[in-house]
Amino acid sequence: MIKAILIFNNHGKPRLIRFYQYFAEDMQQQIIRETFHLVSKRDDNVCNFLEGGSLIGGSDYKLIYRHYATLYFVFCVDSSESELGILDLIQVFVETLDKCFENVCELDLIFHMDKVHYILQEVVMGGMVLETNMNEIVAQVEVQNRMEKSESHMERMLLRRHLEPLSPHSHELG
Amino acid sequence: MSPSVPLQEMIRAIRSARTQCEERGVIQRECAAIRAQFRQADNGGRSHNLAKLLYVHMLGYPAHFGQMECVRMIASPRYSEKRVGYLGAMMLLDEKQDASLLITNSIKNDLSHSNQYVQSLALCTLACMGSAEMCRDLAPEIDRLLRASNSYIKKKAALCAVHIVRKVHDLGELFAPAARSLLAEKNHGVLHGAVVLIIELCERNPETLERFRKTVPDLVQIMKGLVLSGYSPEHDVAGISDPFLQVRILRLLRILGHNNEGASDAMNDLLAQVATNTDSTKTVGNAVLYETVLTVLDIKSESGLRVLAVNILGRFLLNNDRNIRYIAMTSLQKIVGTDHNAVQRHRGTIVDCLKDQDASVKRRALELSLALVSASNVRSMMKELLLFLSSCPAELKAHAASGIFNAAERYAPSQRWHIDTILHVLTTAGGDVRDETVPNLIQLITNASELHCYTVHKLYRALLTDISQQSLVQVACWCIGEYGDLLLRGECQETEAVQVTEDDVLDALETVLQSHMSSPTRITDNVDRIRSIVSIYGSCIDVELQQRAVEYNALFKKYDHMSLFPPPVCGFPQVCDLLDLLGGSEETLQPSPAVGAPAPGLLINTASTAGGDLLDLLGVLEPAPLAPGVTLRHTHTHTHTHTHTHTHTHTPQSDTGLTVTLTASNSTDSDISSFTLQAAVPKLYLSLAGPFLAASHYIKSFLLQVNLKMRVRISYTSQGSAFQDTVQIDSFPGLDAAGQ
Repeated sequence: MIKAILIFNNHGKPRLIRFYQYFAEDMQQQIIRETFHLVSKRDDNVCNFLEGGSLIGGSDYKLIYRHYATLYFVFCVDSSESELGILDLIQVFVETLDKCFENVCELDLIFHMDKVHYILQEVVMGGMVLETNMNEIVAQVEVQNRMEKSESHMERMLLRRHLEPLSPHSHELG
Repeated sequence: MSPSVPLQEMIRAIRSARTQCEERGVIQRECAAIRAQFRQADNGGRSHNLAKLLYVHMLGYPAHFGQMECVRMIASPRYSEKRVGYLGAMMLLDEKQDASLLITNSIKNDLSHSNQYVQSLALCTLACMGSAEMCRDLAPEIDRLLRASNSYIKKKAALCAVHIVRKVHDLGELFAPAARSLLAEKNHGVLHGAVVLIIELCERNPETLERFRKTVPDLVQIMKGLVLSGYSPEHDVAGISDPFLQVRILRLLRILGHNNEGASDAMNDLLAQVATNTDSTKTVGNAVLYETVLTVLDIKSESGLRVLAVNILGRFLLNNDRNIRYIAMTSLQKIVGTDHNAVQRHRGTIVDCLKDQDASVKRRALELSLALVSASNVRSMMKELLLFLSSCPAELKAHAASGIFNAAERYAPSQRWHIDTILHVLTTAGGDVRDETVPNLIQLITNASELHCYTVHKLYRALLTDISQQSLVQVACWCIGEYGDLLLRGECQETEAVQVTEDDVLDALETVLQSHMSSPTRITDNVDRIRSIVSIYGSCIDVELQQRAVEYNALFKKYDHMSLFPPPVCGFPQVCDLLDLLGGSEETLQPSPAVGAPAPGLLINTASTAGGDLLDLLGVLEPAPLAPGVTLRHTHTHTHTHTHTHTHTHTPQSDTGLTVTLTASNSTDSDISSFTLQAAVPKLYLSLAGPFLAASHYIKSFLLQVNLKMRVRISYTSQGSAFQDTVQIDSFPGLDAAGQ
């Protein structure tokens, strides 16, 4: 089971946080700080596994992370998940973000935080791995975005119709 | 991707804040605006406000006032609002909050919504935060979705079912049939979800596990399809067909094959196939290989297959990728108990990993190395481990030290090696050893009687070099106290001779005392021991040493009332140490002297011996005659039914001695055996008295206030049980003041 997914930058500023187990807000922030502290100490050529911090788990939990340029992607998992599998999953998630945002960068994550959550929801659900096929994920995300778009488009149309003055001869004005 | 403009504007405003304070200000203003908006009626921009709130929440600011808004949004007919409403519910709510109850109905309705994406929102939320009641309520609906819906919904329903089973264990029975039939699906997402669900059901219920064993052939078929199917562009990841699904199925196979011959046989060929055919040059290949190895080692596999698995792990150990090395050691750790010899073959590589830069790899290597220490390799392994200890990261030091101690204890080839090893650990990591190590070591040193000389020499030298390691200092001081005479003797067979004088010893102890007296930790054990050593020199011929000893005793007295010792019974604090010297409270019964007169001061001289023998008997200098034949009778009644009597008689034998006679009589019916008598007096008192008589007027009168105290311990066996009795004699009647 995945207990939490954290994305933060090189200075520890959170860019996406998702907990699959309930923690109070201040606890969440503490966990983020502690995780950042643990992960930022690491060299770039060491292994990507860390025994978890004391706050988020116990001996059964590990932090599996990947460092991409300015961002850390950290998954906190228990022993039911394959460590190498999760590493691959992080890669899938990042590649999916890349496809959805077209060369994703940190700013995309900042300004589209909600969208990132919706994408993540297609990959991990309830702390469990849901879908690992990148194309499938991207396809589903795009359908849902189109739905949202068309819904708001329809509403704008309806609104305009309400507001337009009723003039039977408007097209005859010359 | 269409942006939420209001959200982006807010984010821009927050980011433009230059200080934390400024940021707080911006966020407070924004939150106030959001709050106001929430109170208003539907204005078409509700989803943006909630999105803003979630952003603010991520930064750590309170967002609980958005909970009701989430409930409202979830109930909205608009997809955009539902979407963010459900997201908000998952971020801000948990089942313990009241607001979460209010969304139950919405979830229920949305589960049967015509739009599959609305259904999926409901499934997702239920899987994240569904309470036990919600789960019970909606389980039948989930079961329905498992059977009759499209793949997109089925895979989500499967994971939702996992959550339900975790919350309400009994419902596992409900989902078992549906889970079984899902294995026939073609869609990989659904298959994956089904396998996860089956794993959960099997782990919860052994009967379910039994029933699902029948699916092993089906699972093997699916795996074969994945491994041998050839290139499938839809599922291909770096040349491997859906490695995630393969890993998941392998895990299920592991659970089904564990402790079961039949199931293990059925999967044997497949596992061999996967192990040999999987390309290990890419990470995904290694993930599958790794899972295969774990499965092989956890089921009842053929020995050939086991060897293959351990060899794969051995290859992993040599991989350049640290991740691979790390997980290889994790799995070797799991089998080091059962396949010890196989793992021993890779000991060299594992020991090399102790020197790896990576702290995680080091930690794994340490665990494994400790597990691999055996009688045959203990010397070489210990060399490596001690080397590791001197340079290992701080967080591993305590664990490494205690691991080394355990290994040394189990496999030490000789006592001297054992002591050397312990000394080495104390000097490198003395500050990190656990508290119980010190008494254990003292025990060990005591038992190695022929090595006392060697040990005390080595400890003394270690003490000279470094007094910062607390446990080292404790053991060293104790040892010098016990075997100081061996130290002073100078020669030692096992180590080079060093001329150590009493001066040197006192110097060393002085340094220790000074550093410890100023520090908050009181090592009271040491101070006692040191006092006893110092007292030896108090009666020494050398005037210089005598003086030093007196100064120290004065120092002790000064610091004594700052210590945790019980308040002195008399004016001479050191006498109370007697109570400690014999080890504290046993059944101390107050003696009731039959005859008593206030005990006067007494001048006593003694030929004190070097060494720490607590049980010196009295020799008393008595310039004045005593009233002869005075008897003290002490009666002791035990909690048991028998009594015995001790009688102490004091008879002045000569001008230079006071004899104390103890008569014990047994008034019970049964025999008493193993009768031993121990008597102790405060040594310092004795030693101070002797040569200082002539010294100064002050000392003389000081001494006159002192009472002689003696503690007597008797132990014996009666009727099969051991008894012990301690008596403290505070006064010796017939001895008057001023030594007259």
